Amino acid sequence: MTPESGPAPNIGAVACTKVLIADDEPNIVVSLEFMMKREGFDVLVARDGRQALDAIRRAHPRLVLLDATMPGLSGFDVCEAVRADADVRSTLIVMLTAKGRETDMARGVGAGADAYVTKPFSTRDLVQQVKDMLAKDTAARDLAANSAAAIELPKDLPA
Amino acid sequence: MSFDRRLALIVLAPGAVLGLWLLLGAGLLFSTLGPAERAAVADTVAPLMDSHGMLVVLWWFLAALGAGVLALRLHATYGEAPARLADATRVLAGDAAAPPLPPQAGAGMRALGEAINALAGQRRALEEDMARLVAEASRDVALQRDQLAALMAELEQSVVVLNLEGRILLYNARARALFRPLSQAPGGVAGAELIGLGRSIHAVIDRALIDHAREGIARRIARGDARASARFVTTTPLGHLIQVSLAPVRAAADDKGDVTGFVLLLDDITDEYEARSRQDRRWLDLSEASRASFASMQAALDMLDYPDLEPADRERFQAVVRDEVGAMSQRLTTLAADASHDMKTRWPLQDMLGADLAAAAAQRIATETGQDVDTVAVDADIWLSVDSFALIQALAFLAARLAEVLGAPHLALRLAPAGGRAHLDLVFRGTAPGLDLAGWQTCPMQSGDTPSPLTVRDVVERHGGELWLEHARDGSGALFRFLLPVAAGTVAPLPAPGESRPAYYDFDLFAASAQSRESDDRPLGEIAYTVFDTETTGLDPAGGDEILQIGATRIVNGRLLGSECFDQLVDPQRSIPEAGIAVHGIRPEMVRGKPTLLQVLPAFHAFAADTVLVGHNVAFDMRFLTLKETASGVRFDQPVLDTLLLAAIVHPGEESHGLEAMAARLGVAVSGRHTALGDALATAEIFLKLLPLLRARGILTLGQARAAAQTSYYARLRY
Repeated sequence: MTPESGPAPNIGAVACTKVLIADDEPNIVVSLEFMMKREGFDVLVARDGRQALDAIRRAHPRLVLLDATMPGLSGFDVCEAVRADADVRSTLIVMLTAKGRETDMARGVGAGADAYVTKPFSTRDLVQQVKDMLAKDTAARDLAANSAAAIELPKDLPA
Repeated sequence: MSFDRRLALIVLAPGAVLGLWLLLGAGLLFSTLGPAERAAVADTVAPLMDSHGMLVVLWWFLAALGAGVLALRLHATYGEAPARLADATRVLAGDAAAPPLPPQAGAGMRALGEAINALAGQRRALEEDMARLVAEASRDVALQRDQLAALMAELEQSVVVLNLEGRILLYNARARALFRPLSQAPGGVAGAELIGLGRSIHAVIDRALIDHAREGIARRIARGDARASARFVTTTPLGHLIQVSLAPVRAAADDKGDVTGFVLLLDDITDEYEARSRQDRRWLDLSEASRASFASMQAALDMLDYPDLEPADRERFQAVVRDEVGAMSQRLTTLAADASHDMKTRWPLQDMLGADLAAAAAQRIATETGQDVDTVAVDADIWLSVDSFALIQALAFLAARLAEVLGAPHLALRLAPAGGRAHLDLVFRGTAPGLDLAGWQTCPMQSGDTPSPLTVRDVVERHGGELWLEHARDGSGALFRFLLPVAAGTVAPLPAPGESRPAYYDFDLFAASAQSRESDDRPLGEIAYTVFDTETTGLDPAGGDEILQIGATRIVNGRLLGSECFDQLVDPQRSIPEAGIAVHGIRPEMVRGKPTLLQVLPAFHAFAADTVLVGHNVAFDMRFLTLKETASGVRFDQPVLDTLLLAAIVHPGEESHGLEAMAARLGVAVSGRHTALGDALATAEIFLKLLPLLRARGILTLGQARAAAQTSYYARLRY
């Protein structure tokens, strides 16, 4: 990791935050992995839905970049399984999908995704969105720790 | 005798009355006299009577005779003649064809006779008018019905008309063809057990669906919607999608009458739906795959923006972009190929045998250019999917241009398969610089005197095809090559109507409610019958003889439906004795590979559903069927009528009630004797001729016919 240039690394906020990238397309994983590492995240990679779910349960990442269409378990299935599992329920999920129809988007949000990003997308925007979500989540957790208030889910963010 | 006495009375009575009158007058005179006068009168009269008594009697007799004759004359004129006239008038009243009354004697009677004749004449004229009008009207109705049936038969769409019970009273051949794939029958039935007159539509379309649609229509009619109709899509057990439009048939023409039935328009939209789904799927797949590819490329390009990348990383991201670009173009190539495959179906093309198209084109070219066209190299097996009119016009147009440029080129048409398509070539010898295919393709076609708004290019595009000019290597000639779509499969031709017009309608079923009556009370003329016959290996079903063939036809509302037949050879799974072959002519090789009886019986059971079975000496056939009840799982428990027993009722004196003897007696022509279907058809005709004879004997209902057959059966047993 050589965070010397490019977008200013925000190591303070993200240092060693565990992020899982789950996508069966190696061509996008290679870029996302490269960039997230460069941004200072601790990056895990899963190649299909089953691996993704195992990795989430084992490694407890704070956030998952989850492709909706994967062989075996789809991203929607993984998302539903995560929300049903008390251990990992609070994992932030950003659904990445090539499905552009409104019905697909509704299903993603219904399954419990925190954000829904339609491919193609700008990686810089994505990184920014991930950071915002983490920051908000951290704030919410602090608040919850103090007042036991409900976690406020982030609003849908533009792709 | 009594007439004579009356006549005598008429003749004698006036004489007797005169005599009595005379005696009474004399008695009265006599009673007014005193005793002396009486004695004087007696003294005067007695000698007078002695001398002239005979004269007095004669005088009386003459008067009596005259009065008698007068009475006779009067009686003849005013007594008998009116009675005769009344009789003759009564005859005339009963029978319009009786001759008019003869001229009557006497002025009054003559006038009366003439008046009656005039009245009878008027009545005859009225009746003739009425009969003519009725005949004309029924001819019109029959004509309209036939025209309607013919029209229905030609319709591209499947049409079924139902009565309120859901029974079919009209269908066209296409409707039956639509449901033919649904038939569980092993062939030879062509779906006649599903779609037939008087059959219930619920065998092929779920009752609940139709009821739901009917309720919807009823609601809309109640709201005053005169054009209420319903539409739904149903799936057949084989996965076909059938789109159904249901419209009510109203009793009155003004859309206000009661609903008496329903018209169903049926469309198999499976192919259309699948094509559309396929297309949608393709677009969706493409859009998703493209998004994924663009996402990978975008991400890789974003990474390439970093100025400080290691060369190895740079190379990795560039490889990603190259990879995705390659995948994208591959996907687009596949999509374009698929789309062009689908596009050829956009213009409504018709399936046509290539040889027919070539022959028609050759003739058209010969007419327009005076050139003979060789069609030797035409593949006779290719079915093309073409707009034949436009294509022939294009070929003729090109041939005419060639003739202009080359004088009299030798022309030939060739047709050959090429991958999934076909090459149709217009071959010509010689070449010239004036060949301007590009120009010819884009100018409007002018063939003969008929200008066309189309260009050759339009025609080619209509077929989703291509057209180019190919020169022979040796310069001997060249050809215009049309790349054309071939038909997906040869279309099974619709069944040709038999010798008689196929009975695809029966409007009397509109009023049918007989089905709901107790079966024994149903009039014989209103029942649906399945008339059947079997051919067997021998006469002993219990001893191992088996059915070889089942033939059946239907009678609905007193009409033989020759086009709704069941005709199936059966593999008996045993040898066929030579003696039997001599009778029925069914040889072992004819039944090899045919379905077994256990496969055929369910189909026959379905064909005969809701009908009364009829056969000649049917007990024999029924024995074969009942022996298989357990093995086949189908029971023929409907009522059965035997033409043999019915014949014994109407012709008790005849020696033979064999099929041939009866056919001859009743004037039925038998064709195909000793084939199951031939015998079944003959039996059906015999049965129809027996019905009026039974009616004449007071046998009107199914119950009466069965009871009478029972007695004749026992009567036969006793002999």
